[in-house]
Amino acid sequence: MTAPGPASRPLAVEVRDLAKSFGTVRAVDGISFEVPRGTVTGLLGGNGAGKTTTIGMLMGLILPDGGSIRILDHDMPGERAALLERMNFESPYVDMPHRLTVRQNLNVFGRLYRVADLKARIAELVADFDLSAFVDRKAGQLSAGQKTRVALAKALLNRPEVLLLDEPTASLDPDTADWVRGRLETYRAATGATILLASHNMPEVERLCDDVVILRRGRVEDRGAPADLLRRYGRDTLEEVFLDVARGTRAEGAEAAPPRHPEAEA
Amino acid sequence: MSAPVTSTGFSFARVGAMVLRYWYLLSNSWPRAVELVYWPTVQMLTWGFVQLYVAQNSSFFANAAGLFVGGLLLWDVLLRSQQGFAFAFLEELWSRNLGNLLMSPLRPSEFIVSLTVISLIRLAIGMLPVTFLAIPLFGFNVWDLGLPLAVFFANLVICGWAIGLVIIGILLRQGMGAEALAWSLMFLLMPITCVYYPVATLPALLRPVAWALPTTYVFEGLRALLIHHTFRLDLMAIAFAMNAVWFAVAVGVFYRLLASARRAGSLLQQGE
Repeated sequence: MTAPGPASRPLAVEVRDLAKSFGTVRAVDGISFEVPRGTVTGLLGGNGAGKTTTIGMLMGLILPDGGSIRILDHDMPGERAALLERMNFESPYVDMPHRLTVRQNLNVFGRLYRVADLKARIAELVADFDLSAFVDRKAGQLSAGQKTRVALAKALLNRPEVLLLDEPTASLDPDTADWVRGRLETYRAATGATILLASHNMPEVERLCDDVVILRRGRVEDRGAPADLLRRYGRDTLEEVFLDVARGTRAEGAEAAPPRHPEAEA
Repeated sequence: MSAPVTSTGFSFARVGAMVLRYWYLLSNSWPRAVELVYWPTVQMLTWGFVQLYVAQNSSFFANAAGLFVGGLLLWDVLLRSQQGFAFAFLEELWSRNLGNLLMSPLRPSEFIVSLTVISLIRLAIGMLPVTFLAIPLFGFNVWDLGLPLAVFFANLVICGWAIGLVIIGILLRQGMGAEALAWSLMFLLMPITCVYYPVATLPALLRPVAWALPTTYVFEGLRALLIHHTFRLDLMAIAFAMNAVWFAVAVGVFYRLLASARRAGSLLQQGE
């Protein structure tokens, strides 16, 4: 018996007609997409495309003007506090307290997420993310690569069912970035977690993602599996596809995009 | 079929986690702990010597020992409770950790309660040594005030928390640009709430403003106790009633500012 494909899996994230304006700027303009459980979906787009605003709304930090978000079949932001126990987040643009050691940070966040048998879980993550050499060092004294490993360990403390990653390998050297991607693949394979990944790193997206949502000027410009996008745009790399979308150009012979929301048009 | 949402309501475990976070911070950073004691000590020494000098030249002050030092200690309770509350929050902005907390299951109510606990811990670290230092240096033992001291203390910290709560609401909405409020807002109250002199000293125009502050009743109560050796229960009852209103209003303002920050997207932009 084979596992169901992404399209037939139940949804972990379901976004419908989501909209948000800041003053006269329409940051997110009625986007809809869904993320099947156990898949990795890439959220792509240039600067100002609406990725951060979308992630902010998915975490309940920004209230939408319209539309709806359902995560794990519960309403966000209506059931935010409870849902966040089953989610987690990592971004290089958010730090952990500099004056606390790595172990102290993990201890605090483990308690915030009410992680059972926290001591054992921290030991497990210290081993998994190879933190033992600096686990008792203050977070502010770590290198960028070490900080990312600690931030990922924090993001996995509560074994999240939905993990949101905002450029998780930004500013990392290729070796460390590759190592991080490997950890994410391992975690997904082991737990069946759903990952939503915002990234500007196209090789990373090609490697990790089952599906890609491309935003432009607050709208879903296109979406599909990386291989499907390459085929439809007649390109060899996702970076070329990204540039086509960002610049509004398409290669000769490229296929038209399929309907954005098949269910909505059914 | 969806899994049930697991969490229910307020969690003391999460409050404990936040208190632990601040305790780690204080225990890992000795300059922070020293700073907590430093300013109250400097203030107390300055005003204590002023009081000694004035008492040598005035029978009134000689008979009302502790008027300045007592006022100062209670003022510091008010100031430090507000600052302890707001600074603990500012630590999250300074360390760029606020995003991690806001995206964790920590609820605003749990955050607020943890800030009150931290504020009390910071007060204890900063004020206890100073109160004991005042005994040999200036012959003033604030602990001799007994039960009234507890009533004064409770009123002052509740008022400090109410003001601190509004400040962190503004910080959430406006970002670090509002940081100066955490340092300076309380000093606006200092001349009006009559820490060192009776309300009658103020111009008639300002007296209603002074009586609108719950802290004014505490400082008047302190003077009544030190000068007339009378505990004014009526003043304290008014102070408690006003504090209840102030704190409720502050909670309402905080939640409105939080909602406004969510609408404006400013929780993701906590820079200047």
